[in-house]
Amino acid sequence: MSDVQGSILGNAVLRREDPTLLTGEDQYYDDLAVEGLVHIHFVRSVVAHANLTSVDISEATGMPGVIGVYTADNLEVAPHHGMPLLPPPFAMPLPAKGKVRFVGDIVAVVVAETHGQAVDAAEQIFIDYDYLPAIIDPWKALEADAPILFDEVGSNMCFETGLAMEDGDPTEGAHHVSSLQMDSQRLAAVPIEPNGAVAIPDGDKLTVWIPSQNPIAVRGALAGALGMEAENLRVAAPYGVGGGFGPKAGAYPEHILTATLARTLNKPIKWTELRSENMVSLQHGRAMNMKAKMAFDADGKITGFDVDLVAESGAYPGIGAILTTFTQTMIQGVYAIPAIRYHARSVVTNTTTTGAYRGAGRPEATQLLERILDVAADEMNMDPAELRRINLLQPEDFPVTTHGGASYDSGEYEAALDAALEAADYQGMLEDQAARRESGDPKQLGIGVSTYVEVTAPAGLHVEFGAVKVNEDGTVTARVGTSAHGQSHITSFSMIVSDMLGVPMDDITILQSDTDEIPRGSGTMGSRSLQTAGSALHVASETVLAKAKELAAHMLEASSDDIVKGEGGLHVAGVPANVVSWSELVAASNDDSKRPEGMEPELAHELDFDGQNATFPFGAHVSLVEVDTETGNVDMVRHIAVDDCGRILNPMIVEGQQHGGIAQGVAQALYEGIMYDSDGNPVTANLMDYAIPAASELISYETSNTQTDSPRNPLGAKGIGESGTIGSTPAIHNAVIDAVSHLGVRHIDMPLTANKVWSAIQEAR
Amino acid sequence: MSNTTQVGETASLACTINGAAFAVEVDPRRTLSDVIREDAGLTGTHLGCEHGVCGACTILVDGEPARSCLMLGVQANGHDITTIEGLANGDELHPIQQAMHESHGFQCAFCSPGFLMSTVALLAENPSPTRAEIREELSGNICRCTGYESIIKGVETAVELLAGNEPEQTGQTGQTGQTGQESAQ
Ligand code: FES
Ligand code: FES
Repeated sequence: MSDVQGSILGNAVLRREDPTLLTGEDQYYDDLAVEGLVHIHFVRSVVAHANLTSVDISEATGMPGVIGVYTADNLEVAPHHGMPLLPPPFAMPLPAKGKVRFVGDIVAVVVAETHGQAVDAAEQIFIDYDYLPAIIDPWKALEADAPILFDEVGSNMCFETGLAMEDGDPTEGAHHVSSLQMDSQRLAAVPIEPNGAVAIPDGDKLTVWIPSQNPIAVRGALAGALGMEAENLRVAAPYGVGGGFGPKAGAYPEHILTATLARTLNKPIKWTELRSENMVSLQHGRAMNMKAKMAFDADGKITGFDVDLVAESGAYPGIGAILTTFTQTMIQGVYAIPAIRYHARSVVTNTTTTGAYRGAGRPEATQLLERILDVAADEMNMDPAELRRINLLQPEDFPVTTHGGASYDSGEYEAALDAALEAADYQGMLEDQAARRESGDPKQLGIGVSTYVEVTAPAGLHVEFGAVKVNEDGTVTARVGTSAHGQSHITSFSMIVSDMLGVPMDDITILQSDTDEIPRGSGTMGSRSLQTAGSALHVASETVLAKAKELAAHMLEASSDDIVKGEGGLHVAGVPANVVSWSELVAASNDDSKRPEGMEPELAHELDFDGQNATFPFGAHVSLVEVDTETGNVDMVRHIAVDDCGRILNPMIVEGQQHGGIAQGVAQALYEGIMYDSDGNPVTANLMDYAIPAASELISYETSNTQTDSPRNPLGAKGIGESGTIGSTPAIHNAVIDAVSHLGVRHIDMPLTANKVWSAIQEAR
Repeated sequence: MSNTTQVGETASLACTINGAAFAVEVDPRRTLSDVIREDAGLTGTHLGCEHGVCGACTILVDGEPARSCLMLGVQANGHDITTIEGLANGDELHPIQQAMHESHGFQCAFCSPGFLMSTVALLAENPSPTRAEIREELSGNICRCTGYESIIKGVETAVELLAGNEPEQTGQTGQTGQTGQESAQ
């Protein structure tokens, strides 16, 4: 279809979103003007683990502007369970009841006329804590004498999964075995717009505006928590949502409390999350510590892989607790591995709850594979790229079903690796590195390679709602169950509909993110939107076009095979002057006398597109860094990414996703990490202490694509949202270690700060 | 205006915002960002951290970039404030906005008011910065979506547009190849 003359698919079409976003005209949730709005503020535990002996709200209640002050004593809300698959005792009492389990736990709630008054009142709430020992280290949390968060459960383990756990060690007796323990450290997603909510009651009904990746799911959760009928509850994200990256996909305790009190007080209430709250409340990501062994034969072929990891779920387990299953799915990566044993335990600790963050369980698998391969290459004295190459799954191996149960759709892994090595001039890099080593320059070069495959639209997320309707005036309205928050879906989806119907993009309205408009859907996450909602719109538009052609043929007394798209409507091929406009077509479709017999009225179609399964994007990254061996400072020199996301709809948008993904991948490798002290105090709870790289720390990336169609949808598309993050981190990580491996450094955990790199060099010397 | 205020007292603030006179009685502890967003109703200025790191709240005070979350409203008294709403000329985008559009500068765009205002200040000072200078000058603004590359390209495109040159385009408008063409499928 992309070969059709005049098709815009595959072109760098500029964004329709921009004009109103760039002028400040569009509104984000915090900008909505609502009559009579009052403000909510949460009083959070400053202690990681303690029994609550008293919460004194008497002073606060009488403060100016205060409308209500609530604790577990005077507010009853059903405990919030972030992952209903896990046993009920892991739910979070709202507000905290008897005990607090992390710094950030909600102890009291203040509603006041202004935000300032709510904060003033909060300062007059006096909380007595009876300190309990906090548990932060996830391995220690598994030990028999560890402090327990949930006495009713009796252990800190909340979830366990694995592969071949009963089998023996798959690395035993091998020619060579490499081993590694590594940390995929805890990260904060930090969408630049924090979380929040505006809840507006109206009789029995309630409208809740939230900056969300999935308002439809949030409605489900809120309806349950509030005991409301879903049809009385409208949940919507405004046109502007300032990023998500995973943790904005679900309902938060604060959303539930804001909505509950809006109903109780019958007043519109706004929660504006502050960044320092966001750093302890918004779910963190990664936080897996992994131990692995990889076995090889004399040729360097992998013979077995053994993984034992622990994942931190935080205090009240949410989706983070089960992301170990995504790691399990992808633990084989792009390689032919005869035997894999995998064991993952998720534990609760006195920390912020973990959840999905760009990649969500898949980066951890890739990071582990790619690091241990480099350790092995070093030990076996092999070229890291060559070691990968001889172990790659080849096109003739497809269809591939992995040990983890993934059914890879398509993949040309060696082609991507070759493309990246060529773009990088890998040989040239090796020569430069050798010369640098020879010269004894304190600044040494390091080269890192990673190859990856990931899963998009995973875990059943391959089904999505889409609808297309031609309106009476000839414009088109399309609706989708996904919910964009920076991904340019208005543009991409308009391209799909416009390309099929020939209606100009500006005449197409895309509706999303509002339960009043969209009956169902699974939101935007897991890089799923184009392949699912995009495909739904493709099929819906195709169906509408076929019907319109039949109608036009009937009106023009021609065969529908001869009807083609033209300016403003449809006409008989070769007779462009005689166009039936889209508005005439709609009118005819609603007119019994003009419609062919048996045809239903309206030019509209809706469906739930079903891709049958996930898709599996892949690629290869090469990174070149310079490490100052005297200070440990790392400078990126080049980063080359070849990402294959199937057939590309809009290369400009794809490139943007690659760039943003790489930046977040670099951030994990070199800069970011959420840290707690041993008492469970977060020491990185604002943007002064949590090191997000700015433009000055990053470089210009060299991105390109191979295109291997997915057979699982008519667009041939796979997701691109997370590839950059998954591919880049291990390439940079490997590059830094490579720069200092000749000094005897074998591994350094991320983030690779100057201090850590310098210390590792000193230790090795 | 007296030099000291008591709790509960308000102070007078008179300034210009985007060229128009603006006067309001404010609680002295209110930040300038709150005054702009709530009292002046100009919500295009965004708050990404309210502690002076992310740069989303950047405005111009007498042409100089400033973080409105770190200023008190009363500090704007007698000054000239420019916010994102002051850039476009009616429906016509400011050349820097146009350049960012053509370069796919932003994704979620929540950071964009800060980057746009910082870029206005940067190019006023240095009309043809190098890439390294752009990276350095914009290092006070955080973008979580783009990896900065497209924003830097946007600044370079803005340099061209402001100089009256035809910049190399990243993308094309959606209508290209659409209307006026026959296509049978
Ligand atoms: S909101 Fe002012 S710098 Fe972040
Ligand atoms: S475009 Fe989203 S933070 Fe910059």
